[in-house]
Amino acid sequence: MYDYGLFRYESKADLLDTAIRYWNPDKTKFWQKLGVDLVIDRREGYFLYDMSGRRLIDLHLNGGTYNFGHRHPELVETLKYALDYFDMGNHWFPSVARSALAEELVGISPGLKYAVFGAGGAEAVEIALKSARFATKRRRILSIYKGYHGHSGLSVATGDDRFSKIFLADRPEEFEQVPFNDLAAMERALSGRDVAALIIETIPATYGFPMPDDGYLPACKALCQKYGTIYIADEVQTGLMRTGEMWGWQSYGVQPDIYVTAKGLSGGLYPISAAVVDERCGDWLNIDGAAHITTTGGAELGCIVALKVLEMLQRPAVVANVAAVTEFFANGMAEMMRRHGDIFSGVRQKGVVLGLEFDHPEGAVHVSRALYEHGVWAIFSSLDKRVLQFKPGVLLSVDLCEEILDRFDAAMPRARELMHAARKAA
Amino acid sequence: MPHAANEPLMKVPDAALERGRMLLGRARWAASRLAQMDRAAIQRIVDAVAEAGHAKARAFAEAAVRETGYGVVEHKVMKNEACSRGLVALYRGEDFVSPRIDAERKIVELPRPAGVVFALIPVTNPVATVYFKTLLALMTRNAVVLSPHPGAKGVCTEAAHVLAAAAKAAGAPDGAIQVIEEPTIPLIEALMRDERVDLIVATGGPAVVKAAYRSGNPAMGVGPGNAPVLVDDTADVTEAAKRIVASKSFDNSILCTNESTVLAYASIADRLLAAMKAAGAHICTPAETEKVRALLFRDDGFNTAMIGKDAALIAKEAGFSANGAKILVTQVTLVQPEEKLVREKLCPVLAFARVDGLDQAIASARSMMRRSGKGHTAGVHSKREATILAFAAAVPALRFAVNAGCSLGASGFETHLGPSMTIGTGFAGGSSIGDNLTPHHFVHFARVAYNKAASETFGDFRGLDPLDLPKPSAPPRLVASTGAAGEADADALRRELRRIILEELNAVLAA
Ligand SMILES: Cc1ncc(COP(=O)(O)O)c(C=O)c1O
Repeated sequence: MYDYGLFRYESKADLLDTAIRYWNPDKTKFWQKLGVDLVIDRREGYFLYDMSGRRLIDLHLNGGTYNFGHRHPELVETLKYALDYFDMGNHWFPSVARSALAEELVGISPGLKYAVFGAGGAEAVEIALKSARFATKRRRILSIYKGYHGHSGLSVATGDDRFSKIFLADRPEEFEQVPFNDLAAMERALSGRDVAALIIETIPATYGFPMPDDGYLPACKALCQKYGTIYIADEVQTGLMRTGEMWGWQSYGVQPDIYVTAKGLSGGLYPISAAVVDERCGDWLNIDGAAHITTTGGAELGCIVALKVLEMLQRPAVVANVAAVTEFFANGMAEMMRRHGDIFSGVRQKGVVLGLEFDHPEGAVHVSRALYEHGVWAIFSSLDKRVLQFKPGVLLSVDLCEEILDRFDAAMPRARELMHAARKAA
Repeated sequence: MPHAANEPLMKVPDAALERGRMLLGRARWAASRLAQMDRAAIQRIVDAVAEAGHAKARAFAEAAVRETGYGVVEHKVMKNEACSRGLVALYRGEDFVSPRIDAERKIVELPRPAGVVFALIPVTNPVATVYFKTLLALMTRNAVVLSPHPGAKGVCTEAAHVLAAAAKAAGAPDGAIQVIEEPTIPLIEALMRDERVDLIVATGGPAVVKAAYRSGNPAMGVGPGNAPVLVDDTADVTEAAKRIVASKSFDNSILCTNESTVLAYASIADRLLAAMKAAGAHICTPAETEKVRALLFRDDGFNTAMIGKDAALIAKEAGFSANGAKILVTQVTLVQPEEKLVREKLCPVLAFARVDGLDQAIASARSMMRRSGKGHTAGVHSKREATILAFAAAVPALRFAVNAGCSLGASGFETHLGPSMTIGTGFAGGSSIGDNLTPHHFVHFARVAYNKAASETFGDFRGLDPLDLPKPSAPPRLVASTGAAGEADADALRRELRRIILEELNAVLAA
């Protein structure tokens, strides 16, 4: 019996049944079929606990949402105190919390002028794209093949058509894609001078974190400048110290006209996102500030948690920890490749953003399952299933890092076996 | 409406504890990296830190006296020098890093550092203890988190930063030396309980030592001193007097090893007093003694304002004059805890009692230590071995400085005991260590022990470095069977390429 006060389930099977019946049959069954029978119950630090009580180390972090781990005590306390005074607030009026967060965000974003808030990543992307259209008076949006920016109207149209076609939300006449790391294609697409914005993840997450070539991102920015296009950096997974600096664009030396942050900004506790825009793209805030309205976007409770998140991320100890975790997994994964190079073929890494390549078209699906069986939860890249997303949190301790590596090492024979069986079956 | 009080409208969490925990996390990373360093690399760091500390010995001695109001600058300079360059010179010949091979016993010993050492720093000897515990930790490849007494946090923080910068420049990992800049009792107690701490080394008052032991983490705490000093009729009275006065005045008695009470054989007592007077002691009249007693011991305990102050200043505060005196000698007739003057006094006030022989000396020493000082220090000035041994056998101290001052004798600077700022008071004194703290306390050994039987020969471990062993080869590859021939060929080619790349990678990694 799982009694949560407001609701209860007889068993895990009972919950799964309810989920299939009322929530999302396909998603529920998908994981069952994959051998990942996870229903997250308790959560604490970098640990998740399945309803069965089994502990998993979280290396998925929902793309960095749980950058600090789950229910970080300082963030929880901040939110609890905030609830004694604030609520979501009224989006019509200037607000103490919203203004403070906007000031902080702009303060740590050289070259940019205003912060516009949303509740989720897609909403912030929406704001970014609209701002670019406003600034350029152009309509076309360019994005990267297998890029991912969320599932709202404009954002979903920038992405893989698996997510847009089913809803008839693809708009080929306005949205174009070019391959990542292909500057010639980029220039061809921009040279018509009719593109409002290039939106690009600093490292494309859902595509398995392929690393931008040296100079690629600054060159994209230069092309944007040349052809009058706004450069939007999607920092939803690369911001907030995950690449070793506060924003991924800083670690690649590229100055965006707009960037978008979400996920981890919320501390995993209260949804909030932001598009941070330069003067030109934000000028609509001078002309008609109510042109974009959102009741839940920039809720004051979220603003307060986000302020705490940003303060914590700037502590020297956190910066040092990111460097330590980065170095640990750089060395550790090189060693794992030495030991398991027959299946483990490559590492993509920038800071604590890692993509691990496996030598099988669905290699990462098998590795994900093998790791799951060994007490580690890391997800494969939806748009490139050879690559496992491996996302350590910024506060990981050396002991937990060592445990992760030991578990990874121990899981490899099982991963090998699963891949082997899949090859045979094919 | 802006509201009246200074209280913010919204409460915020106390970030101090969270910051403290992050500091421990950082120390753990440092410890894991230090554990991978070899002896030469460690010695470079240790030397650099010792030199940096030595160079600032005077500046920090002055700063410590300024901040705490305790002690004598000149003496603190000596301690700071002894606990930097001096300490490193002493242990230079010892190796706490490399494996030890004992072919005779068929055992290989691998040093295992503690990891993160949480070091409490007392207000009385702040800088010397910062140097001391930091160097002990580094010699044995531990990261150290220094937790100063709030009364000395300024100078300790500065000293820690100087040492940390020197360590970093010499190749130490980030976070090897850190300091808690804003210590509070709840913060320190919480951090001591944290599982990221491997060893607590507590020097300070009994409360903090008890808290260290209560934390649930391995701890080495040391109790307070209260040293009785026997001077018998075989002693060189003049020398004994000089040594006692010098020791009692050293840094104004701030070392916990300092003399508390002289137990003089009656037959030499007057001569001893005269010699002490000649050596710079002021022998108090009964009225002066009463005034000193009243000044030092208040209803709520020892008058901490007098800790480490000059003898002349104490006399002035008490209401009489003793200008130029190095110490004040207060004669007592009762050597029992209810006579406050025979308790620990971290200031240059020395109690003096006459005893009619060895038995009474022992009984007196035991009596005065019953309240505090067990497991700590005692002194003997004598040439008669039987007296020395009888005293040592019966008195509950763990170190007896013989024909030497206690301050620097028991702390190992004027004897061959381990020179130490931290004096283990053993089981009797509520501590897990009975020695003077040395680097040996910060490292354990994993022991690889062979079968005793002669038929089982001991391996040859010479030249094998556990930090740099040849890598075992990767497991044999599983060859996948694939369908179409063309595809299989392409697969085989890719596998071959991968094998070559892997071999190269292995070679690079093994190099
Ligand atoms: C890079 C990137 N951008 C945008 C989004 C969309 O964020 P949300 O799901 O909060 O709308 C995601 C979500 O996974 C993302 O990874």
